Amino acid sequence: MTYAAKNLTTGGRELIAFRVGDQEFCVNIMSVREIRGWTPATPMPHAPPYVLGVINLRGAVLPIIDFSARLGMKPAEPTVRHVIIVAQVNTRVVGLLVDAVSDILTVADSDIQPTPEIASDSERSFARGVLAIQGRMICLVELDSVFPNEEREAA
Amino acid sequence: MDMNEIKEIFFQECEEQLAELESGLLKLNDGDRDPETVNAVFRAVHSIKGGAGAFGLDDLVSFAHVFETTLDCVRSNRLEPTQDVLKVMLRSADVLADLTNAARDGGSVDGARSRQLIAELEALANGELPQPAVEAVKAAPVAEAPRPTVNEEGFQPVAFSFDEFDSSEPPTIEPSTFEIVFKPKSELYSNGNDATLLLRDLSRLGEMSILCDMDELPALDRMNPEAAYFSWKISLKTDKGEDAIRAVFEFAEWDCELEVVLAGDAHAGAGEELPMQPVPFDLSLLDDEAPAAVAEDEDQSADQPRELHDATVSAAATASNILHMAQTAARATAETAKTAAPAPVAAAQAAGQPGASAATPTIRVDLDRVDRLINLVGELVINQAMLSQSVIENDTNGTSSINMGLEELQQLTREIQDSVMAIRAQPVKPVFQRMSRIVREIADMTGKSVRLVTEGENTEVDKTVIDKLAEPLTHMIRNAVDHGLETPEKRVAAGKNPEGTVRLTAKHRSGRIVIELADDGAGINREKVRQKAIDNDLIAADANLSDEETDNLIFHAGFSTADKISDISGRGVGMDVVKRSIQALGGRINISSKPGQGSIFTMSLPLTLAVLDGMVVTVANQTLVVPLTAIVETLQPEASAIHSFGASQRLISIRNSFCPLVDVGRILNFRATQANPVEGVALLVESEGGGQRALMVDAIQGQRQVVIKSLEANYTHVPGIAAATILGDGRVALILDVDAIVAASRGQSLKPEMTLAAAG
Repeated sequence: MTYAAKNLTTGGRELIAFRVGDQEFCVNIMSVREIRGWTPATPMPHAPPYVLGVINLRGAVLPIIDFSARLGMKPAEPTVRHVIIVAQVNTRVVGLLVDAVSDILTVADSDIQPTPEIASDSERSFARGVLAIQGRMICLVELDSVFPNEEREAA
Repeated sequence: MDMNEIKEIFFQECEEQLAELESGLLKLNDGDRDPETVNAVFRAVHSIKGGAGAFGLDDLVSFAHVFETTLDCVRSNRLEPTQDVLKVMLRSADVLADLTNAARDGGSVDGARSRQLIAELEALANGELPQPAVEAVKAAPVAEAPRPTVNEEGFQPVAFSFDEFDSSEPPTIEPSTFEIVFKPKSELYSNGNDATLLLRDLSRLGEMSILCDMDELPALDRMNPEAAYFSWKISLKTDKGEDAIRAVFEFAEWDCELEVVLAGDAHAGAGEELPMQPVPFDLSLLDDEAPAAVAEDEDQSADQPRELHDATVSAAATASNILHMAQTAARATAETAKTAAPAPVAAAQAAGQPGASAATPTIRVDLDRVDRLINLVGELVINQAMLSQSVIENDTNGTSSINMGLEELQQLTREIQDSVMAIRAQPVKPVFQRMSRIVREIADMTGKSVRLVTEGENTEVDKTVIDKLAEPLTHMIRNAVDHGLETPEKRVAAGKNPEGTVRLTAKHRSGRIVIELADDGAGINREKVRQKAIDNDLIAADANLSDEETDNLIFHAGFSTADKISDISGRGVGMDVVKRSIQALGGRINISSKPGQGSIFTMSLPLTLAVLDGMVVTVANQTLVVPLTAIVETLQPEASAIHSFGASQRLISIRNSFCPLVDVGRILNFRATQANPVEGVALLVESEGGGQRALMVDAIQGQRQVVIKSLEANYTHVPGIAAATILGDGRVALILDVDAIVAASRGQSLKPEMTLAAAG
């Protein structure tokens, strides 16, 4: 896994940027455990469509969430080129299927702009803010709401 | 290590002591009069008290204190441990356990109960002693060292003469003289032990002379109150041997420096060889908790016990100041040293049986660490399987060394897995012991006289199984006493012993643990069960059931044969819940009952919950595991045996009965339409209601042991799925929850499992 650019200046917070379709997102590096290639997942019965199934992560059973489908976009058709971001969300470890990891960003808190006022609640719920970097727009993802606890308990 | 951790260790030790206490009392109850048993019981209460005192758990201390006093009466043969006495003591042990739990979890305890028991215990202690130390005991706040109580009747000087040991009579049996150097560390006292008690025990082994070495005692202003400054040089002439001596120090061996040397010359005076200036130590002073009370009184000791005693007390007044500082932690224990010297017979017996059988050394490990190790080994097993598979796939002929290496690796991993699993294994003893308390409580409530006999309590099984066994066992024991056993009058009328017996046994059988609960009561009232089943529409009025089938009816929900609802049972929590808990553990339960002779419930459980015997099957291109315990038989359906029933239901005829077919792939939503049953395999499973279902799967891959992995840890509970596992190819396979699938096939909604605790 190579990263297109490294921007490790001192201070600020570090974010891992990734790509899903033609959009860019990022998550706090502190919640990321590892990044690994796609392996076929075992489907779960009665799972919501964005739960691709579970894989074996060194003995632990790891659920895989299709990030694209989770956001209501086109479900991914996973290939060996897809990657899984293994992230810690509260006490759970979950895998996030994305197209590719693109960057490690170091940004100051002041660089994070509030989420624009958009109509859709679902889009707003998983975005913690947006970043403008070299003409790109990168959405800072709120992991907690990507894996809503209530919803998974009800599932 | 902070205070809380130390406290936690204390509570863990309390649990062990409480178990020791209860098993000792039960042994006494069964007629065991071994002084070592009495001592073990006493020590257990004593250690709890000592530790509790250090943490300022006053309720616990004051109760333990009274308990201890009464036990001391038993120990010194002033109180006969009759059944009645032991009844009070067993109940006291229960209260002590409650108090310990309350101290740990911050709960409260039924104050009236403990007060009543305190009164009963005091009455017992008083019963045999007109004016014993109980008065002082009651007043003694535990944080304070009790004043030495002068008790003229209780005072019995030990008949040793230390001046004359050189000229003592030649013994009839060839004894040998041991030179013992006993140097307590401060831990000895902080663990609630008392050097004086050890020395007294030692004195029972034979003729002994003691020299107290106070050389290390610093000036008062430089003294550390927590430190231990005294050591003793002991010359002991005994025919019991070195093992008996070491057994005395068994409980203190980590907390002291101990040298036991066989003296070359049996008549050599110990004093001559001592390098320092020793202070002779008078054993009789042990009775007055002033081991340092010094030599002036020594000459009088033989013939003037009264005067000596008085002198000792005054000497003790000064000496004990120092002592008490040095033995802060031992304070709470001090008054026990007042115990009169026991009868020589008892002493000889005690010496004849040197301690309990030596326990194998153990260490306490965090469960997390063990679990991590188990996880890693599970991974190793999977990796090993994957490696083997790829070697087979890339088979290059003539690489037998690789194959041999792989075989060895396989053997090694299996051995490692077994050993690691064994770490979690524990004897079922704690659960069994808890049951004896429940029997006592129910017997009291129902006015029945019950004896619980346990066998095979050292049978080992995984900790998780033990933890989950307690609830169903409790219910069954309650049932056995409440419904199973008759009242004493009825028993006498039936020509039986008025005291009913409940027998709880555990044993290993073919890789499983079998637990049997037998009572010698009236057996299951089949007429009543039958009537009830007819009333509840479970069976037709003219149904022809075998005895066994009738007995099994009690496993149906809401089935209780109790005439009226009591505190104990009949609240709708029946054997159905017990059966479900046992099945949740991967076990089965059977009944056999003989009218008038009693019933036997037999549970067969897996040794561990981490591993499961499963049937690996394929369903809609997915690999699933079906627990073997659920499967009754497998069969290949023939087209002629399949019958459609209405729009979507299908039945399969098996030996002239019809059994609903359940397509696993369909019910798990893995495919949209039902598969053709003729192309698959049917697994006949038994559901919780006793009915059968045929689960349709596409193919059977084989039977194997799988390591169970939690789905809930990172995902969530999935209806119809019990857990997950990882197969040899490294992929996750789901383990079916057969009961949930059967329930779903009945059209029932999947609801959270009712737990025994919530319902009881």
